[in-house]
Amino acid sequence: MSLDVLIVDDSAAIRKILQRVLVQADVPLGTVCEASDGIEALERLKTIKVGLILSDINMPNMDGIALLGRLKADEAYRSIPVLMVTTEGSQAKVLQALELGAKGYVKKPFTAEQIKEKLVGVI
Amino acid sequence: MPEEITHNAIVEAVRLATEDVFATMLSLPVKCGDARQTPKELESFDGVIAVVGIGGHWTGTGRISLTPQLACKLAGALVGCSFDAVNEEVLDAVAEVSNMIVGNVKTFFEEQLGPLGLSVPTVIFGRNYRTRSAGVTNWSVIPFFTGSEEMEVHFCLMPTKQAHPVHREVLQTA
Repeated sequence: MSLDVLIVDDSAAIRKILQRVLVQADVPLGTVCEASDGIEALERLKTIKVGLILSDINMPNMDGIALLGRLKADEAYRSIPVLMVTTEGSQAKVLQALELGAKGYVKKPFTAEQIKEKLVGVI
Repeated sequence: MPEEITHNAIVEAVRLATEDVFATMLSLPVKCGDARQTPKELESFDGVIAVVGIGGHWTGTGRISLTPQLACKLAGALVGCSFDAVNEEVLDAVAEVSNMIVGNVKTFFEEQLGPLGLSVPTVIFGRNYRTRSAGVTNWSVIPFFTGSEEMEVHFCLMPTKQAHPVHREVLQTA
């Protein structure tokens, strides 16, 4: 069964890399959607159902923590696993994301193996 | 909490972060050159500059300057294709590389300084331009070499009240 994924990052380069890494990690990819911030991500979710969200934290307009809060507060999106992939490495932010319901946290720079490891048990 | 972050500490943090980004995300060899301190700003620069700000109880800036050729090389290594000229994709890639380097330096210093914020990166590409950062009196400049190309990381970090003398003045008279 294929997995539809939403990748949220303000860098097009990182969105492209994450898509490549998911392929390398043997994730059975279906549709891959992209959004450049939290607001765009919420808009995307109105039109497509996804089984996994990879999200950055530091983004303009709506950051990843705010997006996570919105997702977990909404019954329609609450069960979607969210993996944070971010430069933001402070302990406070990691804890905040995990408390809000993120399934995992990968710090940039990352390897394909690190993403793969974090996806085990998430999907 | 320390009263200042030394030049040597900044050099070490920038070196570790840059080497990590080059090895993990770019698969490019990189060699750190001789670092220096300077109060001077960039004068008449041609090429690409990415700027990322740090905020909180301490204020700082990480500024990465490189030639258009190296910008294309880094972008190609990051996304896995080649670029002949600086375009939106190249600028985006340079912004992300800078974000990772400065973000990791920020994380390094948060152990001593407490939580710090990180701005989204700004990238500038052009010819014959100058840069100025208000309140910065000293930059740590760390050169890096990959092949025949050179990239410089300029970094400053100081207590916030030092970075904003106007605000300090107001607080003292209040």
